[in-house]
Amino acid sequence: MNYSVAFSTILIKEIRRFTRIWPQTLLPPAITTALYFLIFGKLIGDRIGLVHGIRYMDYIVPGIILMSVISHSYSNVVSSFYSTKFQRHIEELLVAPVPNYVILSGYVCGGIARGVLVGLVVAAISMIFTDTRILHWDIVAAVFVLTATLFALAGFINAVFADSFDDISIIPNFILTPLSYLGGVFYSVEMLPGIWQKVAQGNPILYMINAFRYGMIGVSDVQIQIAFAMTAGFILLLASLSLYLLHKGIGIKN
Amino acid sequence: MTALSIQNLKKTYGNGFEALKGVDLEVECGDFFALLGPNGAGKSTLIGIISSLVNKTSGKVRVFDHDLDTDRVAAKTCIGAVPQEINFNQFETCFSVVLNQAGYYGIPRKLAKQRTEQCLRQVELWDKRDTVSRRLSGGMKRRLMIARAMVHSPRLLILDEPTAGVDIEIRRSMWEMMQEVNKQGTTIILTTHYLEEAESLCRNIAIINNGEIVEKSAMHQLLGRMHTDHFVLDVGRSLTGAPAIAGYQIELVSERCLEVAVPKSLGLNRLFQELSARQIEVLSLRNKSNRLEQLFLDLVQ
Repeated sequence: MNYSVAFSTILIKEIRRFTRIWPQTLLPPAITTALYFLIFGKLIGDRIGLVHGIRYMDYIVPGIILMSVISHSYSNVVSSFYSTKFQRHIEELLVAPVPNYVILSGYVCGGIARGVLVGLVVAAISMIFTDTRILHWDIVAAVFVLTATLFALAGFINAVFADSFDDISIIPNFILTPLSYLGGVFYSVEMLPGIWQKVAQGNPILYMINAFRYGMIGVSDVQIQIAFAMTAGFILLLASLSLYLLHKGIGIKN
Repeated sequence: MTALSIQNLKKTYGNGFEALKGVDLEVECGDFFALLGPNGAGKSTLIGIISSLVNKTSGKVRVFDHDLDTDRVAAKTCIGAVPQEINFNQFETCFSVVLNQAGYYGIPRKLAKQRTEQCLRQVELWDKRDTVSRRLSGGMKRRLMIARAMVHSPRLLILDEPTAGVDIEIRRSMWEMMQEVNKQGTTIILTTHYLEEAESLCRNIAIINNGEIVEKSAMHQLLGRMHTDHFVLDVGRSLTGAPAIAGYQIELVSERCLEVAVPKSLGLNRLFQELSARQIEVLSLRNKSNRLEQLFLDLVQ
């Protein structure tokens, strides 16, 4: 059997899903980004001055882009896979001879596609407000894709365990958004008081944002090797857990 | 060759409910097989296990000699399943629903499009190909599920109450379609609550009750076991009591209506003669219930 056909079917279906409803999926991040730059960058940023020798408006660009990638890769998979369960058309996949890794990669790549597309939209908006230039394209691309992969996997696991629509909004609202804001999107951890600097280092999103910031503007609060190692480690962990859940049929089979 | 072979299949749910208590079943290649049972008997669990929607507790399932545990891809490729409840993406068009399913079976896009057209035409939904599936009527949704199940040309088609809630005209056309599919060589397993449907279509039958197969035989053998037929007779004049005729059990349902248990050994001719001798004219006659229905009730009660 040709598994690449099954994979591309899931992926195309996923991409069509979020592009069909682009006013809900692609337009809001563009508007939100513009507001971030207007309020935090222009109005407040002018009073803050320089961070690590860089204009505040330019400093927050990487964090804002990556925050969009995180939230959209996550929400794409969690909402899509949960509604697949809710409407029971997950059964279409379960009766077919599609291996679990193909199901997982199809949905995760759908999440990556949306995360990357939204990231590009946000990056394009940021170009209107800033004159940021990318210093290390390879690091930027790697962090972009790895972060989207990690949060798409997290969204998948959330969807597997979700029993109601409430369950798919709890983690984004109460964990993901706070961790993103506290992950140094709008500030350098060096600006935090001593103890909070230590606390912030327990936040995995901090490492990803700083690696991305290093790739774009060349400054970081953490070592990027650690950031890559952590992201890769989490991806392996969540991918293994997702495959185990699919294998056992937890949350999707009777 | 057997299309489906099930050995000692057991399923116990997490709450301790034993849905299947060691089911053994064989369905021959090319058969049109009825699987009947009352609600909660274990039919859907059995079909769920065969279709990989439910995890079994123990036992073996082989589809055209492919073990569902060890030769999963080959076994699944042989099966097309039409579940009881609507389970397609209600936001997709009919064409996409069927086309995507072909993709899940690894059928390349170009061929998948041809097969999709063929299946939608077969279930008379080609005109609705661009309609969003949630806008279809109940009968159309069922036919769409049949088209989806047939898109990869399965050798075994499992239909779990495919005509539930469908009007008589569409039901008849679905019967014709199922018979045509069976004639082309596809083995069909049908569960239904319409027993005349099973009687008309199926050659072999199994009845499941409380997680166990309580009867398995050829349809004609099972029906041959009936010794008595029950008829309802409308008569030409008002009666005050049921006439007494030796060998027949007769009840007065209303002034002009009788219910008669007719032993096969005596037949209807003698009954008509006896009634005629009593100046009771029979205006019309109908079966009290489907013949299979009577047997079914006897077996599951």
